[in-house]
Amino acid sequence: MTEPLLRVRDLAVEFDTEQGVVRAVDGVSFDIYPEETVGLVGESGCGKTVTGLSLLGLIPQPPGRIAGGSIEFGGRDLVQTSEDEMREIRGSDISMIFQEPMTALNPVFTIGTQMVDVLRLHKPLSAAQARREAIDMLGHVGIPAPARRIEEYPHQLSGGQRQRVMIAMALSCGPKLLVADEPTTALDVTTQAQVLEQINKLQEEFRMAVILVTHDLGVVAETCRRAMVMYCGKIVETAPIEELFARPRHPYTMGLLNSIPRIHEQRPERLPVIPGRVPDLLHLPPGCRFAARCERVLDRCRAEQPELSGRDSAAACFNPEPA
Amino acid sequence: MSDVLLQVRELKKYFPVRGGLFRRTQAQVRAVDGVDLELQAGQTYGLVGESGCGKSTLGRAILRLHDPTGGQVLLDGTDITQLDRQALMPYRRRMQMIFQDPYASLSPRRTVAQTLREPLDLHRIGTPAERDERVRELLDVVGMGPRALNRYPHEFSGGQRQRIGIARALALDPSLIVADEPVSALDVSVQSQVLNLVADLQRERGISFLFIAHDLAVIQHVSNVVGVMYLGKIVESGSASAVYRGPKHPYTKALMSAIPVPDPTRGRSRIVLEGDVPSPRNPPPGCPFHPRCPQAMDRCRSEVPVLKRPAGAETGHVVSCHLYD
Ligand SMILES: Nc1ncnc2c1ncn2[C@@H]1O[C@H](COP(=O)(O)OP(=O)(O)OP(=O)(O)O)[C@@H](O)[C@H]1O
Ligand code: SF4
Ligand SMILES: [Mg+2]
Repeated sequence: MTEPLLRVRDLAVEFDTEQGVVRAVDGVSFDIYPEETVGLVGESGCGKTVTGLSLLGLIPQPPGRIAGGSIEFGGRDLVQTSEDEMREIRGSDISMIFQEPMTALNPVFTIGTQMVDVLRLHKPLSAAQARREAIDMLGHVGIPAPARRIEEYPHQLSGGQRQRVMIAMALSCGPKLLVADEPTTALDVTTQAQVLEQINKLQEEFRMAVILVTHDLGVVAETCRRAMVMYCGKIVETAPIEELFARPRHPYTMGLLNSIPRIHEQRPERLPVIPGRVPDLLHLPPGCRFAARCERVLDRCRAEQPELSGRDSAAACFNPEPA
Repeated sequence: MSDVLLQVRELKKYFPVRGGLFRRTQAQVRAVDGVDLELQAGQTYGLVGESGCGKSTLGRAILRLHDPTGGQVLLDGTDITQLDRQALMPYRRRMQMIFQDPYASLSPRRTVAQTLREPLDLHRIGTPAERDERVRELLDVVGMGPRALNRYPHEFSGGQRQRIGIARALALDPSLIVADEPVSALDVSVQSQVLNLVADLQRERGISFLFIAHDLAVIQHVSNVVGVMYLGKIVESGSASAVYRGPKHPYTKALMSAIPVPDPTRGRSRIVLEGDVPSPRNPPPGCPFHPRCPQAMDRCRSEVPVLKRPAGAETGHVVSCHLYD
């Protein structure tokens, strides 16, 4: 069996806030294998982005810090790696793209200048060579007339095109892992469809692994092979997607799947809901974090924290939905 | 059933684009470009389209938060576009708005009680004691307890803030609520709670909604009638069941097929549209959709299609597309 590309163990990330220390990611473990696309899903505030940022050593410090655990990648622990070395790794081995491409692009430089800089930071290329590669890459991600577009500034591009440019920059050094954080959330559905198709195509072409961070289970179903569901800083379920959607085991996954509005032949009278709300990270219950909203709750759930055990499919739950 | 509450006729809202040395008007953005729609009392009209298509502008022009460039807005038969401030007051009371961003639409310095009392005070509804009572009742309607009264917006989650926004819109017993992307900023588990609340209000209180969203699945859950907007125009409309069962316009079809479906076993043939939505500053000639339309014909590039009922479609289902001429 192939070795994992990335092995995360017991990762914990904390932030200092005025009200106290918040543990945004609390004991998260997972493996990512080469060339697979894995979805990281959950509602806002559950810790998806923080998880993604920690893989690239991008947790703002202060107020944040990695409070424990390890991130094994390419034979070393990224948690222990110096910032200088992380800078090497970012972009060349692991890249990240964000929801709002405008914040990641510098408005005062042309697309070309920014791409050439990234390329030359990681590869021994002349300016002319880097420019040729940049144009090539833009063509690859589906930007029409790339030789002309490369002279433009970020604001001259549409939202969908900016996201394509971000993808081109992120992929220009051939990373083995791409962390895509809500890459299509800010886009319209028709543009989202274009960009997702592009990411899928590039993933195969570049033979990289992708962690797709999203709150949209539809996006996961259409692009990922496997998914991890997060709730309140923990992964509560992981499974291959066919299994996850057909037989969710964690009551939270079940509730999430049920509450998505879908286009129906016959629309139901009411949408199923998950009652209540996500607990405050500063006042977490002692047992299962989903207990107060869970229909399957047992006495034990209120006292003990369920663990995620198992490799390919697992649910952190004392009373999972029947398989 | 056929009590028409709202009638919009040929509504237009153009914004000037200024530029050059003397900041003269150089062009017009045709944000809303000749929209007709009709809403029955107690029903919901779902307006769907991509960003910049003019949905919000249309909603605001109907409420006269924008003065329309042309056309009419009839509420119970009275054209409110012609009324002066004074005459508009009683109509303002009957039309309320719910916004996308529950964070920005509530004043951070006012408690929930103050926010909910404001419209009652402004319109001098009842005695002060009756107003307090009404505030409690409003919170109850949106499923929040009296504990919320003396708290501030930042103490609530997004979904709760949206409920407060809804309670405020209900304060004056409106007949029409324009809800502009009211659930887009919410997580799915909270979104479904708010959608159910909207459906309840419509059913139990007979309030009509103009419900604006970019998500076709959300629209289906709340709407009786659906309108699909593209570049300032309605390109297809009809009963929700007709439009969802048999979408006709190539744009509606593309929108439907672009929605990611949470079912990995469903093989699909997706219509992926090329390019982006063109600017309403510079709309293409002919059918506004032709540059992206997979089925565009020669005449689409020059001739503007009008809304018509295609052969075999049910009454009220209209499409502006040359394929159905
Ligand atoms: N005050 C204004 N001045 C100039 N242009 C405007 C103004 N308000 C809106 N527009 C333009 O009108 C068009 C339609 O805007 P509107 O906000 O109504 O679209 P929308 O469909 O609701 O978009 P979104 O879904 O992103 O909110 C856009 O091109 C917008 O830039
Ligand atoms: S552990 Fe108990 S409370 Fe938590 S999800 Fe499972 S059944 Fe529900
Ligand atoms: Mg809008």
